[in-house]
Amino acid sequence: MNTISMIILVVGYLILAPILGCLLAGIDRKISARMQGRIGPPILQPYYDVRKFIEKDQITPNKVQDFYVMCFLLFVIITGCIFFSGGDLLLVIFALTLANVFLVIAAFSSNSPYSQIGAERELYQMMAYEPMILLTAIGFYLVSGSFQVDTILTSSEMPFIYLIGIFIGFLFILTIKFRKSPFDLSMSHHAHQDLVRGLTTEFSGRSLAAVEVSHWYENIMLLGFVFLFFCNGTIAGYIAGIIVCILAYFLEIVIDNCFARMKWQVALKSSWVVAVMLGVINVGALMILL
Amino acid sequence: MYDILFLLLFPLIVAAILLVFRNEKIRSIIVKVSAAIIAIASIYVAIEYIDGGTVLFDFENVIVDYLMLITEIGLGIVIFYLGIKYKKYLVSILALIQTPLMVWFELTKGHDISISNYLYIDALSCIMVLIIGVIGSLITVYAVGYMKDFQKHHEGEPDRRYWFFFLMFVFLSAMFGIVTSNSLVWMFFFWEITTLCSFFLIGYTRTDEAVRNSFLQLVLNLIGGLAFVFAIVIIGSEHNILEFNKLLELGTGSMTVLLPIALLSLAGIVKAAQMPFHSWLLGAMVAPTPTSALLHSSTMVKAGVFLILKLSPSLHDNIAGEMVIIVGGVTFLLASMAAISQSNAKRVLAYSTIANLGLIVACGGVGVEAAVWAGIMLMIFHAITKSLLFLCVGTAEHHIGSRNIEDMDGLFCEMPKLAMFMIIGIAGMFLAPFGMLVSKWQALTAFVDSQSIILIICVCFGSAVTAFYWTKWLGKLVAIVAGKENVEKTVHREEWFVLGTLTALVIVTCLTFPLISEYMVAPYLGTAFATGGSAIAALGSGNMYILLAMLALILLLPIPFLGKTKKKIVPNYMCGVNTGDNISFTGAMNCETQISLRNWYMENWFGEEKMNKFGLVITIVTILAAIILIIGGVA
Repeated sequence: MNTISMIILVVGYLILAPILGCLLAGIDRKISARMQGRIGPPILQPYYDVRKFIEKDQITPNKVQDFYVMCFLLFVIITGCIFFSGGDLLLVIFALTLANVFLVIAAFSSNSPYSQIGAERELYQMMAYEPMILLTAIGFYLVSGSFQVDTILTSSEMPFIYLIGIFIGFLFILTIKFRKSPFDLSMSHHAHQDLVRGLTTEFSGRSLAAVEVSHWYENIMLLGFVFLFFCNGTIAGYIAGIIVCILAYFLEIVIDNCFARMKWQVALKSSWVVAVMLGVINVGALMILL
Repeated sequence: MYDILFLLLFPLIVAAILLVFRNEKIRSIIVKVSAAIIAIASIYVAIEYIDGGTVLFDFENVIVDYLMLITEIGLGIVIFYLGIKYKKYLVSILALIQTPLMVWFELTKGHDISISNYLYIDALSCIMVLIIGVIGSLITVYAVGYMKDFQKHHEGEPDRRYWFFFLMFVFLSAMFGIVTSNSLVWMFFFWEITTLCSFFLIGYTRTDEAVRNSFLQLVLNLIGGLAFVFAIVIIGSEHNILEFNKLLELGTGSMTVLLPIALLSLAGIVKAAQMPFHSWLLGAMVAPTPTSALLHSSTMVKAGVFLILKLSPSLHDNIAGEMVIIVGGVTFLLASMAAISQSNAKRVLAYSTIANLGLIVACGGVGVEAAVWAGIMLMIFHAITKSLLFLCVGTAEHHIGSRNIEDMDGLFCEMPKLAMFMIIGIAGMFLAPFGMLVSKWQALTAFVDSQSIILIICVCFGSAVTAFYWTKWLGKLVAIVAGKENVEKTVHREEWFVLGTLTALVIVTCLTFPLISEYMVAPYLGTAFATGGSAIAALGSGNMYILLAMLALILLLPIPFLGKTKKKIVPNYMCGVNTGDNISFTGAMNCETQISLRNWYMENWFGEEKMNKFGLVITIVTILAAIILIIGGVA
């Protein structure tokens, strides 16, 4: 990938990702509402929410919390930039971990009981999904011979063909990453799920807006991972990728609405079992085959 | 050659002087001055030899040989006697096998084998010399301040600090010996000295627990030593050589080479506290903290991985290598998991040390250039970061009166500077863009390339677990808790100096890791491996610039922003009326309730016993199977 298209992609990501992410969140709420027999808010409701957060009175429990939250936002954006500039998948994963650690620390810093429970749960979720994400990157590497996104993008065959197990496993942990039921343990978008809003209990105003916006950025990047499974250097592959992204998101909405939150134990057990059964076996098979 | 002899002898002389002058002030000056001299000397040696390839030194001296032999016999007798005295007969039995065997071999077979080069130095030795010389001497300086407080906390007990410092310096000398000996007999001699130093330092307080744990260390390390002796005897009698460089040139075609290599690896595995032998390192945590930092995280255990990394070219793609890979990988995974269930900070550090050493051991076992690169880098970064963390915990313990992570709630308010150092240390252990992660990244890539599915599993799950236990500790540190007073004003100057230097080293080594790779690690890989110039993931495709930019961002961002806010500060939400200080609330029935927050330990899943049981079974079976297969000639 040359420098100019790299810059275009990064700038495109910076501008379009929040817009797309916001629309996606709005559509998500609409569809969820329809599934529950409600009319639902306008598509732009997430945007109205964030605008309202920004206009609120600025309050905070201590002097450091909001700094960490801003670091979280910053590093989520950086992670996305590395991804969309065709960077190294492992670096993307590590940068995302760093971002998440900032979020967790922000929640810990207030020493408030509810946000600390949320923080511990967020950490726990990270432990649950991390092996599968790493295995996904390894799968891409085995298929295309590189961890670089731009190389994977132009691989001659769809990685999906070789990575079916890993793809399903990735969809599984996407539920955790999108903060969908049954695994929305650390914080939930549903009012019926959390009495006090977990991780974000002590965030307010701009910090809460930052968490929301980073969520949009992060979701688009995660869908980028899904997209990557279908790239084979042709337009057809790209279209297939986009369609699957939409389907995947819809699937997550369906899952979200079909399940109540499960006990926390299930998240780790099930995602590790998935990582071993689908991820490891797929990687092992690839090593034998390729 | 004389500069290396200086490194070997100077600490010994200092040790002897410290035994004589027991005045606190004089000792403090001697320790500081000689620490500075050792540090400068090791930097000098490193600069002189780092890109000179392998330099061998001819050093023929019959008197030295006999002196060593006599010392060895003396130590054997001491161990035997101590075993009888404390009713640890296993120790006595092991000493009774090991010492006569070694003496018999040296006087008969070994006597006829001519050794042309007793000492050597190459780039890997230079790196080790730097670690020992710089970090080791920093820790001795820290110990000056620390032991003052230690003595205060153990009032009424006899002041045996002269003995403590004596051991520390003897240990430094022996470590220099291990990394510069080309003669296997010499290496073994220094190897046993470090074991004994560690034994006496663990037992320093002479409480029942300390004595028990020191003997546990001794038993396990004597088993490792026994493996070492067997290896020497086999190599000496089968191939008539006793030199390391010639051993590596033998190839691994025959059983008579593979077996000693497996045995030497086993000795390394014991020294590096890998499962099934890891329990000694946990027990060793009863020792004063500088000991834990020096012997049990940054240097002595590194001797184990040093040996395995040196053997690495001979471990590629054979059964001895497989043994090392499985032991290292499994230890990394299970020790990381066990760390989750620990609330004692030193135990968390111990488990993390065991885990990281496991990763380095696994890198050595893979035996390809890229993996060894990762192993050496891990070794460097781990030595710096872990000693910083140990020393931070040591200082915290003396000032907040506990080494329990649960009591570190709000350390940020009580000891802000120390908490900052600790946070940097913890971040350095597992987060991008710090050095440990960069090396781990390379390790993962190398494991994928060598198609080692076991190691892939261990690293994927192990790093997820690692992030969990470090971040929950980090969370405790950053919590802002009201009503805490600043208690760090009484920390000794020496301690601040050392902690500050180590923190600076953590950051500087991260900023300069491409240079370290180019000028320190690459020269060694060039001499040890035939194929040169394998790709290093973190250094390729602009990744390095991204990492450095991220590091700069993390370091610079807090300066304008952290701790400043125009926002109104409000009390926390408590699901009851917050009484205003964020630590208690008025709940139902109008009663005031204090909150207390505790971390997750997941004892049921990651409990120590469970992990140990798994680990013991897997690793013992692996080691036995590998050795039986080698002896049986199957491999």
